[in-house]
Amino acid sequence: MSVADEWTAEGAAKPPVAETTDVLVLGAGPAGMAAATEARAHGMRVLVLDENGAPGGQVHRAVEARLAKGAVEKRDAKDDQDKDGAKLAAAFRASGANYRPNATLWAVEPEGKVFWSEGGAARSIQAERLILCAGATERPLPIPGWTLPGVMSVGAAQIALKTGGLVPEGAVWLAGQGPLLWLYAVQALAKGGKIAGIIDLSPPGGLQRARPHLLRALKAPEYLWRGLVWQRQVKRTVRVIPARELRAEGEGRLARILVDGVAHPADLLLLHDGVVPNTQVTRAIAGLTHGWDPVQRCWRPGLDLWGNTAVPGVMVAGDSAGIGGARAAALSGRIAALEAARALGRITTDERDGRAGPLRLLRDRQLAPRLFLDAMFPPLPEAAIPDETILCRCEEVTAGRVRQAVALGCLGANQTKAFTRAGMGPCQGRICGPSVHGVIAAARGVEGGEVDPFRTRFPTKPLTLGELAALAG
Amino acid sequence: MFRRTDPPDCTIVWEGRELPARAGESLAVALLAAGITTFRETPVTGAARGPLCLMGACFDCLVQVEEAQNMQACLVPVTPGLRAQMQHGARGFVEDAA
Amino acid sequence: MSSSGLFDVAVLGGGMVGSAIGFGCAERGARVVVLDEGDVALRAARGNFGLVWSQSKGDGMPAYAAWTRQSVALWPALAERASALAGRDVQYRAVGGLTFCLDEAEFAARQLFVQRMHNQGQEGLQMLDRAQLQALMPGCPLGPEVRGASYQPADGHVDPLTLLRGLQAGMRAAGGVHLPGAAVQAVEPIAGGYRVTREDGSQVEAQRIVVAAGVKTTPLARMIGLDVPVRPVRGQNIVTERLAPILPLPASAIRQTGDGTVQIGVTSEDDGSFATATTTAALATMAARALRVLPVLAQARMVRGWAALRPMTPDGFPAYAESTTHPGCFVATCHSGVTLAAVHAGPLAEAVLAGVLPEHARDLHPDRFVGMTHVSSH
Repeated sequence: MSVADEWTAEGAAKPPVAETTDVLVLGAGPAGMAAATEARAHGMRVLVLDENGAPGGQVHRAVEARLAKGAVEKRDAKDDQDKDGAKLAAAFRASGANYRPNATLWAVEPEGKVFWSEGGAARSIQAERLILCAGATERPLPIPGWTLPGVMSVGAAQIALKTGGLVPEGAVWLAGQGPLLWLYAVQALAKGGKIAGIIDLSPPGGLQRARPHLLRALKAPEYLWRGLVWQRQVKRTVRVIPARELRAEGEGRLARILVDGVAHPADLLLLHDGVVPNTQVTRAIAGLTHGWDPVQRCWRPGLDLWGNTAVPGVMVAGDSAGIGGARAAALSGRIAALEAARALGRITTDERDGRAGPLRLLRDRQLAPRLFLDAMFPPLPEAAIPDETILCRCEEVTAGRVRQAVALGCLGANQTKAFTRAGMGPCQGRICGPSVHGVIAAARGVEGGEVDPFRTRFPTKPLTLGELAALAG
Repeated sequence: MFRRTDPPDCTIVWEGRELPARAGESLAVALLAAGITTFRETPVTGAARGPLCLMGACFDCLVQVEEAQNMQACLVPVTPGLRAQMQHGARGFVEDAA
Repeated sequence: MSSSGLFDVAVLGGGMVGSAIGFGCAERGARVVVLDEGDVALRAARGNFGLVWSQSKGDGMPAYAAWTRQSVALWPALAERASALAGRDVQYRAVGGLTFCLDEAEFAARQLFVQRMHNQGQEGLQMLDRAQLQALMPGCPLGPEVRGASYQPADGHVDPLTLLRGLQAGMRAAGGVHLPGAAVQAVEPIAGGYRVTREDGSQVEAQRIVVAAGVKTTPLARMIGLDVPVRPVRGQNIVTERLAPILPLPASAIRQTGDGTVQIGVTSEDDGSFATATTTAALATMAARALRVLPVLAQARMVRGWAALRPMTPDGFPAYAESTTHPGCFVATCHSGVTLAAVHAGPLAEAVLAGVLPEHARDLHPDRFVGMTHVSSH
């Protein structure tokens, strides 16, 4: 794609990247697309950086390509996710935002100076306002043997389905818990895929835990209804085995799984334990505070009603602020953009409040089922992870080594990292972060909120020394 | 493991072997569709690994693409004729040497 | 709450210096407690470059030069013990160390420095021209700008994090107690020793106190009647992904670790700030210089950057003292905690128990700072 193509509205006459921008949006998922579109509607210059090659984020991944093939229309009405995504993407494309796909942000410095890499070169810009919409990542589900080739995440399989039309076939097992697991099963079966079985690891008593939140959840009954329909649909053709212990085995490659000690042949195992906010970038920004969510056991940036963080000019919207789903994310993106427009003098406070009011009501409705779902699917307990299990896949550090470090006096993830190398590899703790943190908390017998998480630092994505050195004055 | 529902429209070369693929999909997806799960050996213990997340986060799908080492296969789009091979351990300098 | 009676020694600080002294005292049979802050303390130990280094140490301060050489000589024994205690090789390799010169002017300046060090008693340090350097490291793809290097065969490097783990594990194995998680608020004399109060309200009593608190030394030293001005000097580091062997000898701002990663250092930012964020400008400058040494690293990926704060005295040299107003209370501070770990765990620990500082340490008394403004960083 040429630079000119990326300038969707303002034409090729301008330089591809200016020195400054009014608003920089990180991520072109639902929150980022909506934020950029709204910000453009108020005349602000908007730069959007996204690591993927096309808009959509994870939930609407490759939605335009599927739309072009007519695949979206062919689906039945329940899958209105694609319709939402197509609408957001079309508005975003038409908004005139300077959209940079395949662009990886790796540093945010004071005064809104942002660095990213694109096409093998590092670049920078000064932004008045940042709206960070980094989305969610799957919570890791470390089990013995999960590093064997043939073990992947459910999210990965869904990406393979959405981008490559790959469906499961053969001895394919899904394991873990959470809505995405059931959604993927539905999507895979609908496209003719075959699943050998689902290992349901969800802690028992989910409905009892969730019941107090039922009334509120029924404000948006379609979520619960859909969940029930998915499970019923899947269970019609797929065996579901409730279990507590799972391990993967094989020589150089997955060959079988052990479900509570019972062996089943397996050539693909897909793991899932819900999703957590992606805070890799926000945690690296000095002064940006985060709070602990004790139910979903994850960190979220501390935000005001508009999405402002503790650092002036830096905002967060969408799932990276707390899991709320695609529709809530898009609404948050718009609300954040309205606040940015007010902050930059494009609209008055009254105008902002007037426009944001109805969006808030819609968002409240979308968020209504969250407490129910969160209580239904609490993350699997880290205390139960066997010592032999690798937590840090990059540096091959086991849960046992992390527990040893705690016994040596490590109180948090950072000293543990120093003592074990957990989190020191190229993924920078993205994958192991939640489980290392959880294992430390469990070993110390304290709440996760009392345990410092990995301190992330810029660059938050690996970049070549050549790219970095090219920035030297 | 996986089955394609859309027909391949080109080929790539993996470890010297021709594999069917679709232009534009990620190299990782093309390899998985061809039944390949082992993408690399780790630099720590030499253990075999394949992709975990397919979204650029896990760095477990590292391969060598043309001359470039340690490339995340999930972020490399397939182009017809693309040549790739396993990443064996740490980045080396023999091929890269300036 | 008071913790288990009177300790022989309470070390205030669980970084590289405090852990070495604590380990040394515990190993000699003393009942030791090491008090430490929490998970994100300003720990230079975690940002250390990992050199065991004599070639640039002690210009104008012979006691420091001699103290350093004494430590380097004791290092092989320490490395062996620390590896056993950490359960993992600390990767100490005394393979010789380099300081690269990238043009004629750098080479000439370094040559003068080597001469000066030689005149102050450093043996073995020498200049190598490009051809000699290539002969020393055959196959190493040095960049065309590399003019030569200074070379000290006795120098080497180590994994400082595994060292820290080994020291702390050793302290515990010898019966020592490690109490992390709270800063020290007060030190007061009691009968037969001192009582230390921490910000969480906990108290510890000990006959002897060692302040080894890095950049926090000044306020803690004051509690034991010593004036030790220490300011933070930021150093930023880069670490790459693991690479095949490429640089066999460590150098002053670039080394390949035993794990294969290449570590690139390190700035010296003396702005008085305690901030530990990295800055792209500094990282870019460091990367650019590293690429002049080894251009093939251009394709290598940086996976991690960080900044740590060195505790810096006014003249940049270490400071050791026993308090005259608080007998049995000591201070130890330096920014060469790795190189000096062997003397800290050995002669210094012994001296703390005996109550008399060793010769070279005595010559590094903080009294020398009186009336001195901050002058230089060594």
